[in-house]
Amino acid sequence: MIVIVDYGMGNLGSVLKSLRYLNLEVKISESKLDIEIASKIILPGVGHFSRAMKKLKDLDFFDVLNKRVLEDKVPVLGICLGMQLFAKSSEEGRSKGLGWIDSTISKFSIKDTLRWKVPHIGWNSISIKKNNFLLDNIVEGELFYFVHSFHMICKDLNDILSTTNYSYNFVSLVQKDNIYGAQFHPEKSHKQGLQLIQNFVLNT
Amino acid sequence: MFRPRVIPVLLLKNLGLVKSIKFKKHKYIGDPINSVKIFNDLKADELIFLDILASKEKRTVSLDFVKNVGSEANMPFGVGGGIKTIEDIRKIISAGAEKVILNTHAFLDQEFIKKASDEFGSSTICVSMDVKKTLFKGERVFIYGGSKMTKMKPVAYSKIIEQMGAGEIIVNSIDRDGVMEGYNIDLIKRISKNVSIPVVALGGAGKMSDFSSATREGFASAVAAGSKFIYQGTRRAVLVNYPNKEILNKIFSNVRK
Repeated sequence: MIVIVDYGMGNLGSVLKSLRYLNLEVKISESKLDIEIASKIILPGVGHFSRAMKKLKDLDFFDVLNKRVLEDKVPVLGICLGMQLFAKSSEEGRSKGLGWIDSTISKFSIKDTLRWKVPHIGWNSISIKKNNFLLDNIVEGELFYFVHSFHMICKDLNDILSTTNYSYNFVSLVQKDNIYGAQFHPEKSHKQGLQLIQNFVLNT
Repeated sequence: MFRPRVIPVLLLKNLGLVKSIKFKKHKYIGDPINSVKIFNDLKADELIFLDILASKEKRTVSLDFVKNVGSEANMPFGVGGGIKTIEDIRKIISAGAEKVILNTHAFLDQEFIKKASDEFGSSTICVSMDVKKTLFKGERVFIYGGSKMTKMKPVAYSKIIEQMGAGEIIVNSIDRDGVMEGYNIDLIKRISKNVSIPVVALGGAGKMSDFSSATREGFASAVAAGSKFIYQGTRRAVLVNYPNKEILNKIFSNVRK
């Protein structure tokens, strides 16, 4: 069973909708028991980093997520804020992140604020940095839908799956072992986004 | 390569889809849910729905309507119309909308923009301002669906909107609404110069090159339009339309580099 973790941050319906046509068992859940038996975990999220970490803490999700992802090696896909939570810390609030990826989260630092507005909202392409199942049938140059003011900075460049340019290059896909993160919203990125979600669900 | 969003704006009046000219002369266009289905097929980037009478009639956009759109739409969509409370926003988001569009109430209670952005994240909160050139007082921000003039100038207001933490600003030109002769690029540009959050151009788009001008000369991060996506030809035959991916990539090629 694929579990979309509901921790009260943003609208999960579009993630569910993107999986519906695959005819797999999918559930939006805020229950530890479901995470305990999940075969794949999707961690979406929109909003504030520290607020999100607090919600995960209030729901007592830390232990079960750490156990499933780090010990049982269950594939996990973080989307947008969900990916950012994989970092050790963020400039957005003081909370520590889950720390699964050796990275930090920084706000876009833009000099030319006339041309490059923050949040970065819109379509943008990815530049692939290493091969992975997640990118099967995804053509470089395809556009994905982004909505974010913060982005990940990886300590280990081997964790970077793709970068995207918005005034400068930032990490748009990250992967380490069974841990996958997308800064963009594959669930809102039409065909190429659905392909990426399908790759995560079927290939990992 | 960054490609700006192209956003159809659909106006609701008594739950029917209408289109205005200069915020007046509302013409009935059809069923809004049917248009969502068409925009799904046309792969529109994003949709915005505005209930144009909600504030004036002291009510909030229908939640049932938002749910119906939510179950149909394949793209992100924003909803506006009489939104006054954090609870209103929570309900609209859980009904499936990606963002809310604040207008009259945000103007009257500017702290509300801040409360909402803190609660839901700035990218969920979009503030729309309706601007009109007045005979003696220059450009002013109007509220209550363009029916009430305020003392506020658009650039000053855009700075407040940014300070309060909104994620983007829709700049709607009342004078250009439904006219289809081009955006008010000068206004868009002045606002873009004064804020660091995305500015969405609205009001006046009639041809593809208007999208290009708004983003290249006006520095808009996204373009929105009503008539352009609803009418076809000079006689304004109702035909829902949207440019395909190839055309969009061409219009916006190297728009930011």
